[in-house]
Amino acid sequence: MVSPTTMAAVRASGAIPNAEYLLSAEGVRKEFPGVVALDDVQFKLKRGTVHALMGENGAGKSTLMKILAGIYTPDQGEVLLKGQKIRLGSPLDALENGIAMIHQELNLMPFMTVAENIWIRREPKNRFGFVDHGEMHRKTAELFKRLNIIMDPEVQVRDLSVANRQMVEIAKAVSYESDVLIMDEPTSALTEREVEHLFTIIRDLRSQGIGIVYITHKMNELFEIADEFSVFRDGKYIGTHASTDVTRDDIIRMMVGREITQMFPKEEVPIGDVVLSVKNLSLKGVFHDVSFDVRAGEILGLAGLVGSGRSNVAETIFGVTPATSGTIEINGKKVTIDSPNTAIRNRMAFLTEDRKETGCLLILDVLENMQIAVLQDKFVKNGFVSEGALTKVCEEMSKKLRVKTPNLSERIENLSGGNQQKVLIGRWLLTHPRILILDEPTRGIDVGAKAEIHRFVTELARDGVAVIMISSEMPEVLGMSDRVMVMHEGRVTGIIDRADATQVAVMELAAQ
Amino acid sequence: MSTNSAAQAQVAAQKSARRLPPELSIFLVLIGIALVYEILGWIFVGQSFLMNTQRLTIIILQVSVIGIIAVGVTQVIITGGIDLSSGSVVGMTAMFSASLAQSSTWPRALYPSLTDMPVIVPVALGIGVGLLAGFINGQLIAKTKIPPFIATLGMMVSARGISKWYTKGQPVSGLTDQFSFIGTGIWPVVIFLVVAVIFHIALRYTRYGKFTYAIGANVQAARVSGINVESHLVKVYAIAGALAGLAGVVTAARAQTAQAGMGVMYELDAIAATVIGGTSLAGGVGRITGTVIGTVILGVMTSGFTFLRVDAFYQEIVKGVIIVAAVVVDVYRQKKRKT
Repeated sequence: MVSPTTMAAVRASGAIPNAEYLLSAEGVRKEFPGVVALDDVQFKLKRGTVHALMGENGAGKSTLMKILAGIYTPDQGEVLLKGQKIRLGSPLDALENGIAMIHQELNLMPFMTVAENIWIRREPKNRFGFVDHGEMHRKTAELFKRLNIIMDPEVQVRDLSVANRQMVEIAKAVSYESDVLIMDEPTSALTEREVEHLFTIIRDLRSQGIGIVYITHKMNELFEIADEFSVFRDGKYIGTHASTDVTRDDIIRMMVGREITQMFPKEEVPIGDVVLSVKNLSLKGVFHDVSFDVRAGEILGLAGLVGSGRSNVAETIFGVTPATSGTIEINGKKVTIDSPNTAIRNRMAFLTEDRKETGCLLILDVLENMQIAVLQDKFVKNGFVSEGALTKVCEEMSKKLRVKTPNLSERIENLSGGNQQKVLIGRWLLTHPRILILDEPTRGIDVGAKAEIHRFVTELARDGVAVIMISSEMPEVLGMSDRVMVMHEGRVTGIIDRADATQVAVMELAAQ
Repeated sequence: MSTNSAAQAQVAAQKSARRLPPELSIFLVLIGIALVYEILGWIFVGQSFLMNTQRLTIIILQVSVIGIIAVGVTQVIITGGIDLSSGSVVGMTAMFSASLAQSSTWPRALYPSLTDMPVIVPVALGIGVGLLAGFINGQLIAKTKIPPFIATLGMMVSARGISKWYTKGQPVSGLTDQFSFIGTGIWPVVIFLVVAVIFHIALRYTRYGKFTYAIGANVQAARVSGINVESHLVKVYAIAGALAGLAGVVTAARAQTAQAGMGVMYELDAIAATVIGGTSLAGGVGRITGTVIGTVILGVMTSGFTFLRVDAFYQEIVKGVIIVAAVVVDVYRQKKRKT
C-alpha cells in the first residue's frame, strides 16, 4: 500500500517502470444493502488505449467506475495503479493518484470563468498571495492549445454550451497530469460534430499514453473510438475483447445474454388521414417557417443536430413556448395552443427530453407520477379523485408497460432510467393521445428497455396514433420512422421518405 | 448501474420494513416531550403535567390560531413556496372584522351606523380581506415570477401598515356577544380541527391536492403535464390568506378587541409548526396531520416551560433551537434518501 503523496513523488521521479497495465482491478466485490452490485469483477486498462465499459443499466459498470474514481471503496478485491496496490478513499485521492473522472452531470461552477474552474484549489498566486489571473490565463491558454480546444479562458461557464463545458472538464482533468481519464457517457448531450471533436481529443490523449475508461450505451461509438471493451452483466464480469474482433450482435449478445433478433420492430401499418398539420410555424429567434403534416399511424422522425431547434418545435406545438406566428391544425381544424393544458385537451402528449428536469416528479411515487396528466379531465368528480378506478388503470398500464417496481407506491427516483421512462410513457398513454411527441425517448436507457419502448411506439402507431419522434441516435430515427424530417439551425432542411432515408442523406441535410 | 443497484437495495429494504406513516415519528416526539415534562413536573413542581384537563385544554386553545394559519402555510410550503405575511394578515383582518362587529352600546364605534351587524358580516369580511391579501400574493408570484419570500415579505410589511392606518393605531373594542362567542370556550379548537380535516381531505383526495404536490415536486414537469401552475399557485396563496383571515377573526373574538399589533410573529410559529410536522421546505412533501401534531408540539413546549416556571427568555431560545433541529432532521432525511 502506497500513500498518494508517495505515489506523486514516485510519479514525479519517473522511477516506476511501466507496468503492463496502467490501471487494473481484481476480484472486486461491492455490496449495497440487499444487492450485490459487483461480484468478483476484474478490469485491466492498458496504457494508451481507450477501454469501453459496456452493459445494461444495473450491470455494474457505474459502480466499478466509481470504485476506480475513489467514490466508493470496494468490499473485497484490489485496485492496482501501474502494478502498485492503491486504496482510494475519496475522489481527491484518485485525482492525486492521476485518475480523473468526468461525470455525466458536469460539475462546474457556472458563475466562474473557465480558467477559474480549471485551476480551482490550485490557483497560481503572486508574491502577495493573491490569485495571479494573468498566469492563470496563460496556463489555461497553453492547456487549450495542447488539447486543440478553441475557447476563451475568461468566459463564464454558464455562457458555454454543454459540449464546451465538457471540454473544460476534460481540460481540467488533463491539467492534473492524469494518467487515467474516466468518461461517463460523454457524448450523451453532444451533436455529431461535437462528438467528432471530442473523439479527436480522446485520440490525441491516447497517443500521449493516457488510458481512457469510456462508458457508453452507443454501439457505434464503441467501434469508432474504443480499442478494447469489457462487458458486464448483473454485476458480473463477462469478458474483454478488442473492438476489432467482434460485431455489434456479439456485443449485444454478451450484454443481454440473449439474442435481440430485431433492434427496431418497425411494422408497416396503414397510414390514415392527416392528424396534425403545422404551417409556417415560427418562434422568433429560435426556429422559422416550419411546416409538416403527420398522419394517423405514421411515425415522423425528427432529426438534426442538438441546437437545430428540434426540441423547440416540439415544445411550441405542445404549448410550452407558444408560437410567435404560423398555424397548427388538428384533424383539419385550426387550433390555438397556448399552454400544455390546451395541447392535452386537443389530445396531444409530449414525452420531454429531460426525464429529471421536466418529466419525473422525483420525490413522488409511481402512481402519482403516472396519474398526473390524466387528472386534467378524467377520473375527477366534483374535484375529488376517483382513487379506486384510477389506481386500477394505473396498475394495468404499469403491467402492460412492464414497469419494474415493487409496487406503485414506490418513489419514482428509486427506479432505473428505463423504468422511469416507462412510467412517463404510461402517464401519457392514459390520456389516450391521438398525437404523441417523443423527445429522445430512449436516451440513457439500457438495450432491453429501449427495445420495449420501440415496441410500444410501434403498437401505438398501429392503433392510429400520429407519432413525432425526436432522436439524436441515427439508427433509431432511421429504424423507426416512416418519414424523417431534418432540421438545421432553426429551419427544416428536408423531409425524406423511409425508403430514401439513409445515414448519409440525413447527415447531409442536418450538417449542410 | 450503481444508482440502480442502490435503488434496488432501497427497494428491498423498504419491502422488508412495511412503511409506517411519517406522522408516527413526529407523534412519538410529541409523546416524548410530554413525558419529559411529566417526569420533570413530579420532580420539580410536585404535580402531574398531563393529568390536568384544564392545562391540556389551554394548550390546544393557545395554539389553535397558529394551527389555523399553519394549515394554509403547509399548503404553500408543499408547493415549494413560503408565506411570511400570515401574521400581519391576522392583525389586518382582526381590525377589519372587529370594526364591523362593534356593539351599538359601545360609545366609540368606528362606524356608528354599522353596529350590531349579524355575526356573519364581520366573519366574512375578515376571511374576505385575508383571501384578497393571499390572492395578491399569489398573483405577484405567478405573474411577476418574484420569489414567494419577497412577495409575501412585502405583504407582511404592507398589511401591518394597513392595520395601523385603519384606525390610526387605535384599538377596536366593544364587540358584540355573538362575535366574541366565536372565541370563547372550545370554539377556536373546533374551528382549527374542522379546517384541518377539510384541507387534509383536500390534499389527499382531490385534484387540487394532487396538483399542489406535483407543483412542489417539479414545477416544470407539472406544467408539461397540463397543470396551469400560475392559477393553481394563486389558489393556494389565496387559501392560505383566507385561513390567516379566519385566524384574525378568531384572534379578535378571543381577545374581544382588535389591535394593530395582533399576530406579530405568528407566521414564524406557523412555519415552525409546519416544519416540525414534517413538511419539507423543498416542496412536494407534507401532510396536514403532521402539521396538527407540530402545532400541538409547539403548544406543549410553551405550556411545559410555563409549568416548570422557566423564564420566557429561555423559552424563546429553546424554541429557536427546536425549529432549526426540525429542519436539520428534514435535510438529513433527504440526504439519506438520496444516497
